[in-house]
Amino acid sequence: MSILEIRDLHVSVDASDRGDEPIPILNGVDLTIKAGQTHAIMGPNGSGKSTLAYSIAGHPKYQVTAGTVTLDGADVLSMSVDERARAGLFLAMQYPVEVPGVSVSNFLRTAKTAIDGQPPKLRTWVKDVNTAMERVKMDTAFSTRSVNEGFSGGEKKRHEIVQLEVLNPKVAILDETDSGLDIDALKVVAGGVNRFREQEDRGVLLITHYTRILRYIKPDFVHVFVGGRIAEEGGPELADRLEAEGYDRYVAAAS
Amino acid sequence: MSVTQDSHDSQDSTDKPAVAGAVETSTKLASHLHPAGSFDLADHPVPNGREEVWRFTPLKRLRGLHDGTFTEGGKGSVEIDAPGEVTVERVGRDDPRLGTVYTPNDRVSAQAWQSFEQARVISVPAEAELERPILVNVTGEGTGPDATFHHLLVDVGAHARATVVVRHQGHAVRAGNTEIRVGDGANLTFVSVQDWDDDAVHLAHLHAEVGRDASYRQALVSIGGDLVRISSSVEYAGPGGEAELLGLYFADAGQHLEHRLFVDHNAPKTRSNVDYKGALQGQGAHSVWIGDVLIRQVAEGIETYESNRNLVLTDGCQADSVPNLEIETGEIEGAGHASTTGRFDDQQLFYLQSRGIDADEARRLVVHGFFADIIRRIGVTEIRDELMRTVEGELERSVGTPLASGGAR
Repeated sequence: MSILEIRDLHVSVDASDRGDEPIPILNGVDLTIKAGQTHAIMGPNGSGKSTLAYSIAGHPKYQVTAGTVTLDGADVLSMSVDERARAGLFLAMQYPVEVPGVSVSNFLRTAKTAIDGQPPKLRTWVKDVNTAMERVKMDTAFSTRSVNEGFSGGEKKRHEIVQLEVLNPKVAILDETDSGLDIDALKVVAGGVNRFREQEDRGVLLITHYTRILRYIKPDFVHVFVGGRIAEEGGPELADRLEAEGYDRYVAAAS
Repeated sequence: MSVTQDSHDSQDSTDKPAVAGAVETSTKLASHLHPAGSFDLADHPVPNGREEVWRFTPLKRLRGLHDGTFTEGGKGSVEIDAPGEVTVERVGRDDPRLGTVYTPNDRVSAQAWQSFEQARVISVPAEAELERPILVNVTGEGTGPDATFHHLLVDVGAHARATVVVRHQGHAVRAGNTEIRVGDGANLTFVSVQDWDDDAVHLAHLHAEVGRDASYRQALVSIGGDLVRISSSVEYAGPGGEAELLGLYFADAGQHLEHRLFVDHNAPKTRSNVDYKGALQGQGAHSVWIGDVLIRQVAEGIETYESNRNLVLTDGCQADSVPNLEIETGEIEGAGHASTTGRFDDQQLFYLQSRGIDADEARRLVVHGFFADIIRRIGVTEIRDELMRTVEGELERSVGTPLASGGAR
């Protein structure tokens, strides 16, 4: 059973391009995600939600100043970005990056080969990719296009879900995957996450600003994130309360 | 109608003067970017570096090829391997065929014309269909600054079909001219690979005259050398000819790789397509691409497109890209150009790495994707794998870190 453990995580963001000292963003985050669980992290803009996601994935802009992150006991923070992915972490990004010149099909095959340590079986590979694309209502013609180049916001998010399905990590972190999606696209994306969750032994960390997506992806735990740490924790009912009351109460308490 | 367009796309570039001389319009027939040439060296003043045609080139690194201070006596060999029906000759300066296709139009080109001792002439008889490429292996065997000068004429007879592959290797300080005549209805693919040692200096001018309904495909591949500057021009000997000018370059730290294209649409119903792709990596890597197209008044019904795309892999590189169109008639099928400089930045690297792909593989993926179609379009199977390996080799040398481009949100 996989387990992602985050202990007392402190993270600063590099501001050297502005000639400034690193700015502390996360101020002691504790979170444990066990296989089979879905955790939702909710919070106002600027609370550090995305910083948590990118820090776990290893973005070089973020410096971990204290704390630990382990996946099944292995020290995630000592791994490079690609090693973290091969260890079983996946980050669906809020703003997926365009990579001109690299086709989606070549990208997916290279990633799958890297994750599995061997090339995928030719016989089933194309079918697997096409199936994953069709499930999120993405035209299979996207296979020949450059990664995310010229994709609409919704197409980029669907492409992230295709990758989630094809790479099938142990723990998926979804960073505001719901933002900017219309209701149909939201349902499609949620469907992909739910298929992923239906497998045994998979963990999900769902980062969102809105409660809307939680109608389609039912979390087991909800964490309210304010000022770079978890301010309150509860079950799905906490999300309902946030929808009714908003974040004002927490923001006022933190400031 | 007379229109000249100029755009300048520069990466990490310092301020440069606008192309003042290129933006004025005029009704004269000749290209003001490419004045008539001359065989007489004295007609070409020693450049000072501010001239339009020299402003991107670091004259100090030319080993005196531009101002007569070079030293003679460089060593090198040229081996030509051709199918039986091809005639390969070594001729003196007085051979009447020399200089019939091309007249030198810059100082170094005129210097090479004045200084070469013997020329090579490769003749493909009319209607010959060569089954294998003509291979020209140029090896620089020098060690110092001594210069060599060369002259090559490739004459492809009417309705013949041929491929020429020129490979440059070793160390040389070399200047030369290549005249290419593509006979009526003929089909020539001409590939030149510049894979010199790191300290080589190579300035060359290639000029092709494309016959009526003839097809000319050229590919210039510049990888090695301290400074490589190749000017490639095309004119048409009749209507219906087409020219496809492809290029691939990979500039490493400190390297200057310059390609100057000029297509002179001087006949109706002619076509041209220019497509150059370059990658840059390392401190001081510098590429220059100049794409000039002139559509003369007589050139009705022509079609032209030129494109230059650069991929900057690390900080500290500079890619200069200047497409120019001079249009003297509006009665054409189409004319256009594109120039882009893209960056392989740390955001792309992070994205690919976050999918399990390690940094080297990520870079390889991006560069392969970037070059794959141009290598395929060169269409010479004999060198396709070699070019891919060469690109691989460049990646092995890769130094520096991907570009910073702001962080994630």
